[in-house]
Amino acid sequence: MRYIPNSPDERAEMLRQIGVSSMENLFDSIPADLRLQRSLNVPTALSELELLKKFETTATRNPAAGRISFLGAGAYSHYIPTVVDSLISRSEFFTAYTPYQPEISQGTLQAIFEFQTLVCQLTGMDIANASMYDGSTAMAEAVLMAERVTRRSKVIASSAIHPEYFEVAHTYVQHAGIELAHSDYSPETGTTLADALTDLDDKTAALVVQSPNFFGCIEDVQALADKAHEVGALLIVVVTEAMSFGLLKSPGACGADIVVAEGQSFGVPLSFGGPYVGLFATREKYARQIPGRLVGEAYDGKGRRGFVLTLATREQHIRREKATSNICTNEGLIALAATIYLETMGPRGIEAVAKHCAQKAHYAARKIGAIEGFSLPFSAPFFNEFVVRAPGDANSLLKKLANEKGIDGGIALSRYDANRPNEFLVCATETNTREQIDALVDGIESLSH
Amino acid sequence: MITKVTTHLSPNERLIFDRSQPGRMGFSLPPLDVDEAPLDEIIPRDFQRDDGLAGMPEVTEVDVIRHFTRISTWNYSIDQGMYPLGSCTMKYNSRLNEKVARIGGFANLHPLASEDEAQGALEVIYELQQNLAEITGLPGISLQPAAGAHGEMTGIMIIRARIDARDGKEKSAQRRTMLIPDSAHGTNPASANLSGFTVKTIRSTSEGLTDLDHLRELCAHGDVAGLMLTNPNTLGLFEKNIRKICDIVHEAGGLVYMDGANMNALVGVARPGDMGVDVIHLNLHKTFSTPHGGGGPGSGPCCCTKELEPFLPVPRIVRSDSAAADSKSQIPNYRLDFNYAQSIGRVKAFYGNYGMMLRALAYILTHGRDGLREATEAAVLNARYIADALVSDYDKPFDGSPMHEVVFTDKRQARKGAHTLDIAKRLIDYGFHPMTIYFPLIVSGAMLIEPTESVGRQELDQFIEAMRAIAQEALENPELLLNAPHSTRIGRLDEATAARKPVLRWKPQTTESHSTACP
Amino acid sequence: MANVPDNLHYSKDHEWVRVENNVAVIGITDHAQEQLGDVVYVELPKPGESFSAHESFGSVESVKAVSEIFTPVSGEIAEVNQSLTDEPEKVNKDPYGDGWMIKVKMSAAGEVDSLLTAAEYEDFTKAEE
Repeated sequence: MRYIPNSPDERAEMLRQIGVSSMENLFDSIPADLRLQRSLNVPTALSELELLKKFETTATRNPAAGRISFLGAGAYSHYIPTVVDSLISRSEFFTAYTPYQPEISQGTLQAIFEFQTLVCQLTGMDIANASMYDGSTAMAEAVLMAERVTRRSKVIASSAIHPEYFEVAHTYVQHAGIELAHSDYSPETGTTLADALTDLDDKTAALVVQSPNFFGCIEDVQALADKAHEVGALLIVVVTEAMSFGLLKSPGACGADIVVAEGQSFGVPLSFGGPYVGLFATREKYARQIPGRLVGEAYDGKGRRGFVLTLATREQHIRREKATSNICTNEGLIALAATIYLETMGPRGIEAVAKHCAQKAHYAARKIGAIEGFSLPFSAPFFNEFVVRAPGDANSLLKKLANEKGIDGGIALSRYDANRPNEFLVCATETNTREQIDALVDGIESLSH
Repeated sequence: MITKVTTHLSPNERLIFDRSQPGRMGFSLPPLDVDEAPLDEIIPRDFQRDDGLAGMPEVTEVDVIRHFTRISTWNYSIDQGMYPLGSCTMKYNSRLNEKVARIGGFANLHPLASEDEAQGALEVIYELQQNLAEITGLPGISLQPAAGAHGEMTGIMIIRARIDARDGKEKSAQRRTMLIPDSAHGTNPASANLSGFTVKTIRSTSEGLTDLDHLRELCAHGDVAGLMLTNPNTLGLFEKNIRKICDIVHEAGGLVYMDGANMNALVGVARPGDMGVDVIHLNLHKTFSTPHGGGGPGSGPCCCTKELEPFLPVPRIVRSDSAAADSKSQIPNYRLDFNYAQSIGRVKAFYGNYGMMLRALAYILTHGRDGLREATEAAVLNARYIADALVSDYDKPFDGSPMHEVVFTDKRQARKGAHTLDIAKRLIDYGFHPMTIYFPLIVSGAMLIEPTESVGRQELDQFIEAMRAIAQEALENPELLLNAPHSTRIGRLDEATAARKPVLRWKPQTTESHSTACP
Repeated sequence: MANVPDNLHYSKDHEWVRVENNVAVIGITDHAQEQLGDVVYVELPKPGESFSAHESFGSVESVKAVSEIFTPVSGEIAEVNQSLTDEPEKVNKDPYGDGWMIKVKMSAAGEVDSLLTAAEYEDFTKAEE
């Protein structure tokens, strides 16, 4: 087996040296009746050539991968500059371990320090951690943190949050003694209205909203923050399309107490849903309640500046059952990819990409909205995603668009809500050309008449 | 005699923010090709960002390349050499697996693409599930958890759900104790806490194994929901009484969870499902070689018995076959199935860390049934080889034959003033990453060593030589250890000050590094 | 060798008590701070909160460890050493003086009698080793 450096002869020699008669005997401490008496029923080994062929062939059964796409809803198609993959492929980064020994992990540690800084800058917050698994689990952890900080057990989350994020939060709180309540959104605007939040009271730990929300609508975060703070609750803001940070006022500037986001838009491939990266940022005063790893500045005996994992007493390996989270491994290499992406694009690049996303989405929205029988049901401003209401079943329209026009035109809302059969969510990014958008519009038009 | 490394030029590199110059640009974007609406008309002024993303670095592509290339050289990594880190299984991260994960048909696939158009992607998940079920002997499986701790949380929630369903809410409320060995990884009690359990610790015997009498005693209370254990345990020893342990817990009405971090000692040799274990998690970034990435991404599949299957997270990836047009063959059809009323729910958006699943499947298929067993044998052989060589110089607290990892203590060296931390730091000067230190907690001054199968004899011998030399230094010249490492670009950091006054981000006009010899 | 002043009372959880009128001044012992290492953070309660004897009132953290701290006597918190927020190292440098943590208005003055004397505490720590 070519990954095992010692040849069979060398291994035999090693066995002799330690006085063990055979490979079998290495497992003498396992009771005989527990040892497998047969080979594993898994395939026999494939050579590199065969293996690649197998996977390449399997990949051809994913026709959606190469198709013109307007899919969003928590995963976004953005252009990834070549340098990102090139740099994260350096073995010093991707085959390195968690930086517990700082003297030989300064590359990883400094990159995380830069990542933490960039997340603070984008979210408008004071401190950020080294990453969570993804946006959905980051939101769940934010809910748990709000309970710790306020010692209150009710959390109100807007129904305009991504349904899968909701589900994850429910799973996390089900045994934590936290009541997770839903609040409605306005069917006219598509946003969460502060005045309609009658359940907010002094037993509420946090109000959770997503902006832009699941329908693409931009929430009035400042108004929601004010409302939450009136009763001493925290405002948790969730962002699934991180590129929106390039154009929209930061949640921090609008009064958010905790900001969580999905960082996949920053240089991370779609990869059928993972690995992604959760961003988690909060105010300085909550530093000891934040979950996840933190990298801080430190100096050695000669006054040289370096970086080190710090405030570890919050974490599982020290505080065990009283830890702020059970998280250990997070998304290090993906956070690195996001860091490289953000530093390559820079502020002007992020702004430019965000502007392109917005302009293309609004161009698409104007044209689709003008098709007879089609409308845009929500009046709130949006960034790069919007809901379209079709005259008939959205699912079958989208299927036809895919099969006959080779375009993935959007995501049918009926996937998450059976009460919305005619609506679908469209997302446009800087990767969608005018030709593609026009083809989408023409396709919708021709297929519905 | 240090043979593995020599000191060499190491580039200095400050933070990217120190490279930043106004006007530098590293991106390229085609011109906007759609009709442009005035920005204020599409996004109200009040909602627009007005800080110009101040503070974000402005650098060119060359800056980015130089910056990250330079800082990467400050890292030790698996490609460079062995990491003897116990419990981490730092094995070779195959390049072939990286290539597979980057195949466009996978890398560019949106998770919400219709199932019909993602059959290839779903097939990979299904195939990996089948293989892991066979390897573990546990038929139920979810690949949704994103890391080991996540898989643990999933497994413990499944236990909770099962007991709630079996006993009803009222009686289940009497069963809130999770038993955890004193040698357990910190994620274990943290995960138990998330499921509403309180933790009780089980003692280990002088042999380092679970104390059966103490287990019986704790189970007699009638409030035990389950036991979490690792096998081989965190001392590298196989729990030979595992069947008995599972019986005791089952008889007391509880379930057994196994932390699968140490599967590298078992693949192809023994299966948790055959031992009576009810649910386990696996670490694809350990046993199945997916890269550690400096702290992730990982992947923590959760595997369970048929009895516990109904509680697994949703969606599940299932297969149904239909007859082909020629009626001679079957066309497999993979689906997302959400229809499990007793499921604990989702633990993550979408399906899990899919990119790591591709790599893990490639690992399994590259090894094949014989190679998988071969790897296990080689891993245990390497650990045993090291154990055998180091007993002359280091105190080995347990007599049992270690499996894939072995624990030593600093008892002999500490007499002269050098402790585990110092030994670990001195090992850096010899060109190795330190072993796992101060874990498990039940061994004072623990040094947990796991070479994995990916280390050749010459490097094992170099490691042994290094450890022997350090043992000698500890007796004759402990100063060398106390101030180690001496050859790195940065020495031991003042972690106390870092924790007292944490600086967790760069800020504009931050005071410069205090030293002249700044990186 | 850890310092164990004669004029104080001690608990088996390694806290010391100095009684000033009806107020118990409480901190952790020299032995405790030695075991912990450099203290980086002390979590303290607020004045006005009440605790029973042997209840945990906070925690003390070093870089690699965290320990709960338990009040040897029952009562209400009269005062808390706020300076420890910015200077937690006082616990290491002067555990019996500047490193004091809380002042408790004792609700059952007799409780100090069941605590250890300096000599008893010294024996206790020797036996623990």
